[in-house]
Amino acid sequence: MKLKVFSYSRLDTFVHRLSGLSKLVCFLLLTTAIMLTYDIRVILAITVLSFVMIRVAKIQFKQIRLMLIYVGIFLAFNFVLTYLFEPEYGVKIYGTKHLLFTFFGPYTVTLEQLFYQITKLMKYLSVIPLGISFILTTNPSEFASSLNGIGISYRICTALSLTLRYFPDVAQDYNTISLAQQARGIEMSGKAKMTERLKRVASILIPLIMTTMDRIELISNAMDLRGYGKNKKRTWYSRRPLKKADYVSMIVSLLILIGSLYVRFAINHSMFYNPFV
Amino acid sequence: MDQECIIEFSKFGFQYFSQKEPTLYDIDLKIHKGEKILIAGPSGCGKSTLGNCINGLIPFVYKGTMTGSLKVDGQETRKSSLFKMSMNVGTVLQDSDGQFIGLNVGEDIAFALENDCMPQEEMKKRVQTIASIVDMEDYLAQDPHELSGGQKQRVSLAGVMVDDVDILLFDEPLANLDPKTGKTAVELISRIAAEDRAVVIIEHRIEDVLHCAVDRIVLISEGRIVADDTPDRVLASGILTECGVREPLYLTAARYAGVPVTAEMRPASLNTFDTETCAPYIRRWFEDSYVRTHAEKKREMLKIENVSYSYDGVRQILKNVSVDVYEGEMISIVGKNGAGKTTLASLICGFMDPDEGRITLDGEDLSRYSIAERGEKIGIVMQNPNQMISKTMIFDEVSLGLKARGLPEEEIRKRVDEALQVCGLHEFRNWPNSALSFGQKKRVTIASILVPSPRILILDEPTAGQDYRHYSEIMEFLKKLNENGQTIILITHDMHLMLEYTDRAVVITGGEKLADMRSFELLCSQELTEKANLKETSLFALAEKCGINDPLGFVECFIHYDREVRSNEA
Repeated sequence: MKLKVFSYSRLDTFVHRLSGLSKLVCFLLLTTAIMLTYDIRVILAITVLSFVMIRVAKIQFKQIRLMLIYVGIFLAFNFVLTYLFEPEYGVKIYGTKHLLFTFFGPYTVTLEQLFYQITKLMKYLSVIPLGISFILTTNPSEFASSLNGIGISYRICTALSLTLRYFPDVAQDYNTISLAQQARGIEMSGKAKMTERLKRVASILIPLIMTTMDRIELISNAMDLRGYGKNKKRTWYSRRPLKKADYVSMIVSLLILIGSLYVRFAINHSMFYNPFV
Repeated sequence: MDQECIIEFSKFGFQYFSQKEPTLYDIDLKIHKGEKILIAGPSGCGKSTLGNCINGLIPFVYKGTMTGSLKVDGQETRKSSLFKMSMNVGTVLQDSDGQFIGLNVGEDIAFALENDCMPQEEMKKRVQTIASIVDMEDYLAQDPHELSGGQKQRVSLAGVMVDDVDILLFDEPLANLDPKTGKTAVELISRIAAEDRAVVIIEHRIEDVLHCAVDRIVLISEGRIVADDTPDRVLASGILTECGVREPLYLTAARYAGVPVTAEMRPASLNTFDTETCAPYIRRWFEDSYVRTHAEKKREMLKIENVSYSYDGVRQILKNVSVDVYEGEMISIVGKNGAGKTTLASLICGFMDPDEGRITLDGEDLSRYSIAERGEKIGIVMQNPNQMISKTMIFDEVSLGLKARGLPEEEIRKRVDEALQVCGLHEFRNWPNSALSFGQKKRVTIASILVPSPRILILDEPTAGQDYRHYSEIMEFLKKLNENGQTIILITHDMHLMLEYTDRAVVITGGEKLADMRSFELLCSQELTEKANLKETSLFALAEKCGINDPLGFVECFIHYDREVRSNEA
């Protein structure tokens, strides 16, 4: 039984059919757009788009549940810490102050702060589904072939694709080893001290490293024996030439980036959209 | 031989830089095109090293000192390169799971062509052709990891055949296959052997390889070639057993019966073996030594009742399985890969909880215990010791579980010493684990599971990848534990193991319990062995050929006789 979390799933949808290269370009363009703006309208638009992508790619909730839990924890922390460090940052940015109520001392709750923090939250929320759909819909070797296509050394590309490829196996090993160590009486969870816990993690990591080294030796021998690295170049069985849909997607993403820059420089004249004035 | 000589060792020797002694000495060996050679020998005899010399991993990946000469296709290998040699020699490595490079079958087969910069169009055509030779053309889009063991091997084979190589080298091709799949694999290897190609098989499972004829057996022992002759002559000489390699079972039986085996009796295959000469000896031996036994029932200890399990809620891995394990017995759970036997073990250990049914130990429901608590009652030893060993020193490794449970230092020392004694590791107690051989590491993991004195010991494929000598060593050791009262469950697809060491076998196929019976009876039933991907034992066929009217009794008789011989040897 293989863990199917975090690994490429073979389906035939619009998103899967796009070349890995164009997906990477779209991902980079859209994240840049998100990074360069604090305008919630632009962010919302991209968020909607990225959730549509998840839908189109037929990604199921259980595939990404674990990832979402971690992201949720991270976002909650981020949200609280942002508030704790500068409870009136929103006031500073937007220049007005609509006080809702005060916890104590400097910890006021203002509409401006809420708006700022929600905008920030949405920024993360829009990028994450994009990343997820990129990882789960891209065939590692096809992706490697497209990276090689834009001039990156094929050795790097092959290494990358093999890493993606064997990640689920290593995750599986981790699981098996951890269970076996627990059966030997090593509790992984619980109230153990930090140093104690670190030692226990080591009791999984050392066997994991050993088995992974074995894997690497085997695969590199298998590759050598089949002539890997013989020539300065190589060809790719699974290369997919860029099609119309690829160009269209890239152009659309580029337009979105330009649009967001336009909103920033021509309409808002600032990184922020200010509804308070 | 009029065919051209394609591999030529003369006065060849090799020593790894990391080793004190040479691994190969004075090798003189010629292999011609059109030949099919079996290279046999116990683990550590140097047969894999010999294979690595042929495919170029030596000297280009594993460094060392070469003496004498080795020519592959007329070219001195030390002056060649790994790439040049890969054009001539195709190697199918032992573990096909770990050698897949491509994400789908087609891509994996194409890897050598990709490195050759073949244009995509041409590549796709070539892959198609090769895939159809090994009957995999319908699977090109599949993930190789999702295939069955036999199919995986076909893909690996196709991957080296695309290059149109002159030499096909198989490094222990049967190691990870169940008996039935192994049989198919041997047939496939035989089918692709051709006039203009040499096939070299490195393997210690002689009887399985000889299912299809080979031209010569080259036997290696302690780095030297000790026999290089036709299978009939090598088998007749009895040199295999001397070197710690297992003979075909029918031949062992013939020897027990006192048959004077000669090459003229054609012992290489049971089909050609002169059973007419054997029959009187074998019948007499059977009459003299057969004592019918009855399996005795003991107290039930572990009860698995109507257990079902599914990983995804859709496909049932185990369906309503019930098994009783009796106190003090050693049983095997068999079935092909993916049949659900490992899942069953995981359920017993509490790694997962059954969807339905329950598991009790001495009448107590196990579901209320955590994994660690269960670990004190039921210990599991995994197949690969590297998956378990996490400490540098042997003593620390074995004491790990006790330390984690917070026992006093005195007590730990006492129990670890005991376990090390039992496992024959006491003299090594202050050694680092890395200095041990695979079999010794295995014993370290067994010792570390034994220290909390579990009621039941489960071992997953305890002898996988072990040659006859190490196999006997590990199994005799387990037998001794068992005789001292340890209840043991073995998960395996090794027929010898179940036949020779366990009285009872539980067969799991497709998630269901197919049979629960005495091991030798199972291996005499064509119908059951077929369903469980096993192979009927050749002893049964031998008995039939010799006109014994109770072939089942003959197999049982052999087992008892053989056990005695073994424990006298050990």
